[in-house]
Amino acid sequence: MIAQVLLNGLLLGGLYACIAAGFSLLWGVMNVINLLHGTLVVLGGYLAWMAFYFFGVHPLVALPAVALLVGLFGASLQAGVLGRVVGAPVLVTLVITFGLDLITRNGLLLSFGADFRTIRPSWTLGTAEVGGLKIPLDRTIAASAALAMTLALYLLLRRSWLGRAIIAVRMDRDAAALMGVRVRHAFTAAFALSAALAGAAGALLGLVFPISPLQSDGYLGTAFTVCVLGGLGSVVGAVVGGVVLGLVESIAGFALGAENASIVSFVLLILLLAVRPEGLLGRRGYA
Amino acid sequence: MSERWMVGFATTAAIGAALGLLYWAGAYELRLGTILAMYIALATGWNLIGGMAGYPSFATAAFFGLGAYAGTLTQVKGVPMVLAWTFAAVVAATVALAIGWIVLRLRGHYFAIASFAVVIVLREVATNWTGLTGGGMGVSLPMLQSSMLAQARLFFAAQAVLAALAVAISLFVAYSKLGFALGCIRQNESAAGMLGLDARRAKTAAFCISSAITGAAGAIYASSIFYIDPSDVFDILLSVKPIIMAMLGGAGTVAGPILGATLFMILEQTVWANFLSVHSAILGALVVVIAMFVPRGLFGRRLRRRLA
Repeated sequence: MIAQVLLNGLLLGGLYACIAAGFSLLWGVMNVINLLHGTLVVLGGYLAWMAFYFFGVHPLVALPAVALLVGLFGASLQAGVLGRVVGAPVLVTLVITFGLDLITRNGLLLSFGADFRTIRPSWTLGTAEVGGLKIPLDRTIAASAALAMTLALYLLLRRSWLGRAIIAVRMDRDAAALMGVRVRHAFTAAFALSAALAGAAGALLGLVFPISPLQSDGYLGTAFTVCVLGGLGSVVGAVVGGVVLGLVESIAGFALGAENASIVSFVLLILLLAVRPEGLLGRRGYA
Repeated sequence: MSERWMVGFATTAAIGAALGLLYWAGAYELRLGTILAMYIALATGWNLIGGMAGYPSFATAAFFGLGAYAGTLTQVKGVPMVLAWTFAAVVAATVALAIGWIVLRLRGHYFAIASFAVVIVLREVATNWTGLTGGGMGVSLPMLQSSMLAQARLFFAAQAVLAALAVAISLFVAYSKLGFALGCIRQNESAAGMLGLDARRAKTAAFCISSAITGAAGAIYASSIFYIDPSDVFDILLSVKPIIMAMLGGAGTVAGPILGATLFMILEQTVWANFLSVHSAILGALVVVIAMFVPRGLFGRRLRRRLA
C-alpha cells in the first residue's frame, strides 16, 4: 500500500516537474512571475482535447503541435506586452500577467464552458501488476514523456547556442548584450519555451485528469511550490521539487484525505519560504 | 490651494455626499455607495503595506475572507452586529501578526508568493473545515426584520464609517514616525535597518493595521449580503482589485487609493453593465493597460508628496 502511494506520487511528480521547469526558467531569466502559467497548462489541455474530439488524435501524438501552439501564444504575449516592461517593479509585472490571465481565462470559459472535458482514447494500455503493485501504464507514459521534455529543456539550455544565450542573459543582462546576445530575442525564446512546456504538460495531464478552466489556480500553485522546493531557475531543482511535491501530496492525501493534500503543500510552501527560500538543493541554478 | 484647505474641502464634500445618499438615495444607489466605500477601505488598507512600505501583498483576500467568516460565525452565535465586526477586525489583526512574523521576512517576489499562498491556505481551510464553516456550502446569516431601504442605509453607513476611519488612519500614519519608517523601508530596507530603524516592527504594524481594516470590511460585507462561501470571500480578485485601484490613483499616497477606487468603480460598473459575458476579459485588459502605461498612477505626479 505504501509502495503504491509512493508510486503515484512519483508519477505525479514527473508532470509537476514539467509544469515547474518552464515557470522556473522565466522567473530566473526575466525575474517575472508568470501568473498566467496555470492557464497555459489548461490551454494545452484544451488543445489536446480538441485534437482528440475533432480529429481523433491521441494526446501523445498531438503533443508537439500543442506545445508549438502554446509556445507561439507565449512568445506573442512576451513580444507584444511583457517585453515592453522589462525591468519594471515586481508589482507591475505581477499585475500585468494577472490581467493577461483574466483575459485568457475568460476566452477559455467562453469557448469551452466551465464543465469538465475528458480525453478517453479508445486504446489504453490499462494497468500492469508487478508484485501486487498496480502500475497505470498510461499515466506512466505521460509522466515519462513529461520528464523527457524536461530533460530536453535541460539539454537545450546546456548545449545549444540559444540555451547558452538565455543563461547568459540570466547571469548578466548587460554583459550578455555586449557579447552580442539579442536580449529581447532571448526573453521571447525563454517565454516560448516556458509556455510550450506548460502546454505540453497540460496535454499530458489531460490523459490523467479531466480538464477545466478552474484548475489553473491549482497548477499555478504547484509551479510556485515546486520552484520554492527545488530552488529557483534550475531544471534539476524543478525535477527534484516536482518529485518531492508529488510524493508529499500523495502521502498527505493518503494520510489526511485527498481534500487536505493541497493545504499541506501550501503550508509547506509558506514554511519553506520562511526557512529556506533558496530551495532544498540550496544553490541558485543556471540550467 | 494649500494642502490643509484641500483636505478640509474634500472631507466636507465626502461627508456631504454620504449624508445626501443616506437621506435621498434609493436602495440601488446606496448599494453602489456601499461598494465604493468598501473599495476605498480595501485600497487604503492595502496601500499601508503595499504602497507606503512597498511590500507587494496579495493577502487582502485572505483577511477579507477571514473577517467575513469571523464576523458571520460570531453573529450566528448571537453576538450583536457591531461587536462582531469589531471582533472580525481583531481576529484579522491577530492572524496578521502571526502570519506577518513568517512572511514579512521575505522580500519582492517571495513575499508576493507567500502572501498569495496565505489566501489559498485560508480558502482551503474554510472549504474543508466543514464543522466550523459549513464548508463549500457556505454560511447564512439570519435575515434582518427591517425594510430593504433601512438595511441598505445601515450597511452603507457602516462601510462609509469604516472607509473614513481607514482614510483617517492612513493620513495619521503618513504624517507619523511610522509612515516615515515605511517610506524608508520602501526606498532601501537594508540601509534603513543599518541606520537603526526597526524595520520588522514597522512592517508588522502596517501589516496588522492593514489587515484589521480589511477584516472589518469583510465582516460588514458578509453581513450585508447574508450569505458567504469560501470561493466568494477568498476570491483572489479581492486581492488584485485594491492593488489596481491604488496603482491607478498613485500608490503610497493617501489620496491616491481614494481617487483610484472611485475611478475603478466607475469603470467596473460601466463594464459590468455593458459587457457581462466578457467583463473579466475587459477587466484584465484594463489591468494590463494601467500597469503598462500608468504604473505610478494618474495622479502620481501631483500627489508625489505624502498626501499631497
